[in-house]
Amino acid sequence: MYSLQERNTWLNGKPLVSIISAGMSKFGKHDGLLTRELFAQAAAEAFSRCPKLQPKQDIKAMFIGHMGEAYEHQGHTGSTLADWAGLAGIPATRTEAACGSSGVALRSGIYAVLSGLADVVIVGGVEKMTHRTTAEVTEYLAMASDFPFEQFHGITFPGLFALMANAHMHAYGTTEEQIGMVAVKNHYHGSLNPKAQMQKEVSLQNVLASKYVAWPLKLYDCSLITDGASCVILTKPDLAKKYTDQPVHIVGTGQASDTIGLYERKTLTSLQSTKLAAKAAYEMANVTPDQINLAEVHDCFTFAEIMHYEDLGFCKVGEGGKLVERNETRLGGRIPVNTSGGLKSKGHPVGATGTAQAYEMYLQLTDQAEKRQVKDAQIGLTQNIGGSGATAAVHIYRRDQ
Amino acid sequence: MSTAEPFTIEQFYKFLQQGKLMAGKCQKCGKIHLPPRPLCDNCYSQEFSWIQVSGKGKLVTYTVINVAPAQFQALAPYAVGIVELENGLKIPGMIQDIKQEQLKIGMELTLDFGTCSAPQQWPVWPRYCFKP
Repeated sequence: MYSLQERNTWLNGKPLVSIISAGMSKFGKHDGLLTRELFAQAAAEAFSRCPKLQPKQDIKAMFIGHMGEAYEHQGHTGSTLADWAGLAGIPATRTEAACGSSGVALRSGIYAVLSGLADVVIVGGVEKMTHRTTAEVTEYLAMASDFPFEQFHGITFPGLFALMANAHMHAYGTTEEQIGMVAVKNHYHGSLNPKAQMQKEVSLQNVLASKYVAWPLKLYDCSLITDGASCVILTKPDLAKKYTDQPVHIVGTGQASDTIGLYERKTLTSLQSTKLAAKAAYEMANVTPDQINLAEVHDCFTFAEIMHYEDLGFCKVGEGGKLVERNETRLGGRIPVNTSGGLKSKGHPVGATGTAQAYEMYLQLTDQAEKRQVKDAQIGLTQNIGGSGATAAVHIYRRDQ
Repeated sequence: MSTAEPFTIEQFYKFLQQGKLMAGKCQKCGKIHLPPRPLCDNCYSQEFSWIQVSGKGKLVTYTVINVAPAQFQALAPYAVGIVELENGLKIPGMIQDIKQEQLKIGMELTLDFGTCSAPQQWPVWPRYCFKP
């Protein structure tokens, strides 16, 4: 119908879809709760925030990010969660892209609304992890990496990001201190978020003194093992005001893939999937990186955040470490990153992370982020990746004018 | 070389057991695949031949795994890395017979066939590793 250039001119930063509500369970350790019960908490918050929405009548489809049935011995998550959100009957689809599962669910929800097949959709994600041992979680997470050459040779997820971190340190002189500063910053942000799993600050000294998980990454460089659920409700931009006075518009979306094996990639110091997804989202939104006021990025490991700064164009290649060192990504800085606390402090229930990022963006762009509110924020970005970066989803959000 | 064997990862490991590091070469565009693939990701050809490649290479990056999955806990801490072979292809694996402080990006390593094997139910593949 449209060439890429025509389509981008046609969109020119216009809203693709609008977020009319959002919900999130507290992230943390929820003994005795199953994924369906956690998701019901997120859905209940989203429904109560939007009293004009009649969920049973209005919501026409559900897309759910969920990584692993191994955790709870429960697959078939789409229909399970539709059922427990009081929405049995609607088409419910699970998307799986490891830790990027609900970033991909969000993208799928946008496809559904833009296609015209569903005017209102709920997209979300869930994971229940803390009832398993660290060894079990390590093994389940590793399933999202290449089996025959990575898992088979004992390479874990921290191991894959450690391989990238070492390459980045070697190429650009990034230091363990700079990598640790991401943890300090994100824990500070998390201390301001009542839904974060860890609401306390950490010192750089303590980060650097923590035990190695996979050199150069230490315990405090790793995101948390978390139970949690999140969701957002999307509609067509011209219907948004029917449901709320304060929608948030999604103006750009990009999703990309890369080789499943890290070893097959041309470079180990950046993620091609992030670059491709960001390029698509920036072009669609008609926005440049310097116009982004705040971002939620996928800090599964502190080093990853430094790499994402560069891939998203927040700084020059090789200067990600300096960006965090200069406090530019801290609240009050030029471009606050992970104001929610990120995966590092808010927590990382893997399937729920992508839409938890969208939840934070919804709060920030409707001035509901309380102690961690970024003043006058107009445009925000979320970046969610799967595994070692074989999937990336980037979205750009704009405050309602 | 032989073209009778299927161009599979299983066959790649069978060759390793015989002490040979083998890659698939696309007969149409010439791209070399390590591991072999059944469909060339460059030109979509399904015609390949096996070529033997050198197990010598240089260490591109490495780490030392301290927190390991259950199956590897007895080996921890252990070093793993990605090695760029002489033909430019990269392959990951454990690095043995070296102290952590001696590991260095750019150092020369050689693939060792099967001696690091740990038998298990599936898959029954030899676990190659790299050594100085």
